[in-house]
Amino acid sequence: MKRAFPILAVLTALLLVYAFYQALWVAPTDALQGEVYRIIYYHVPSAWTAFLLFFINFIASVQYLANARPSTARAAKWIVIAIGIVGFIAPFIPQVRQQLPTGMYPSSVATTALIIAALYFVIGKYFGGQDLGGFSAFILAVNTSGVMSPFMPRVMRRFFTKVFGAYGAADGQDLDVLAVTTAEVGVVFCTIVLVTGPIWARPVWGIWWAPGDIRLTSTLVLWLIYVSYLVLRRFSDSAQTQKLAAVLAVFGALDVPLVYFSIWFFRTQHPQPVIGGGGSIDPRMLHVLLINWMAFLCFAFLVCWSRYRLEKLRREVEETEALESLLDPAGPPAASSAAKVPFSRGPK
Amino acid sequence: MNSIKFLYAAYIATWLIHSLYVGSLIGRYRRLRQQKKELERGQSR
Repeated sequence: MKRAFPILAVLTALLLVYAFYQALWVAPTDALQGEVYRIIYYHVPSAWTAFLLFFINFIASVQYLANARPSTARAAKWIVIAIGIVGFIAPFIPQVRQQLPTGMYPSSVATTALIIAALYFVIGKYFGGQDLGGFSAFILAVNTSGVMSPFMPRVMRRFFTKVFGAYGAADGQDLDVLAVTTAEVGVVFCTIVLVTGPIWARPVWGIWWAPGDIRLTSTLVLWLIYVSYLVLRRFSDSAQTQKLAAVLAVFGALDVPLVYFSIWFFRTQHPQPVIGGGGSIDPRMLHVLLINWMAFLCFAFLVCWSRYRLEKLRREVEETEALESLLDPAGPPAASSAAKVPFSRGPK
Repeated sequence: MNSIKFLYAAYIATWLIHSLYVGSLIGRYRRLRQQKKELERGQSR
């Protein structure tokens, strides 16, 4: 996998350059706002990426807490399956459908519910060592029996076995590393949202910031919650830091839907969402927006990958230092430098 | 509306923030690598 990093980095850089070119030169000029509207191609993809990273942080934190006991892990698994089923069916029930905000499609709500459930299990598999239970056994039985062979290509069977197959023992540390990684990178993207937003608002609204506006305020609160999460991890010496941080992340993530849905349920100066909402956008602009989001997602993935490896290395160094200090009462040669690495308290 | 400078400011700010963060990651990684080497040297002595 390490060898893939430079290739992916080059491809991401090319995609970012292409997205930049599309944003500045190919996308049509807005009739009302003029050229300044092109900030949307950085502002909106950054916001979506930050929300996604905070959501992954939320799932990793929930799993970290749930995996502490097998019974809780099982209960959490069934709750997620229930959320997936109810979230998929409910939007199509007429009474529920009427309650959906204007412009929000039942199919998009149903798809989101399924993605949430799937993401929980995928993260559990790759970072929590969690088994998928009956579904995993079913997929393995189908694959090994060869029942599906005539219908399913080998590559697809391999994919299903890889994704849903059985895997190793549970280790909550990987979930914790994933949580701190996504929180930190999410804060970076959220910072960009909070910086580019006022820069866009000044020429369009005539003000840098609309005090009391629910969308703006809730985004600022979201940023503050995750900054406090990182500060807690950096400065707390308690053995319970990881648990406290996970609890803070679970409650902090409740602000994400508030930020997203605030423009439907409250009066706000912020425009309606361009996808799945009451807002509208030229298809050519939407095309460029999606290209930019794809580029930012790839960039975020690479940054998260680097940050993840960094955190693993930091914990490895910290463990070696702890071992050294146990063996040698005088202490290791560079014992003091671990404290210089910010936002990176590890297991005690 | 002379708004082009705001557009440039937003794009520059975005890449400045990303550059600072990636730079901080590289700095932290180098420090840790150095620290790891020192520890390995200490172990071999």
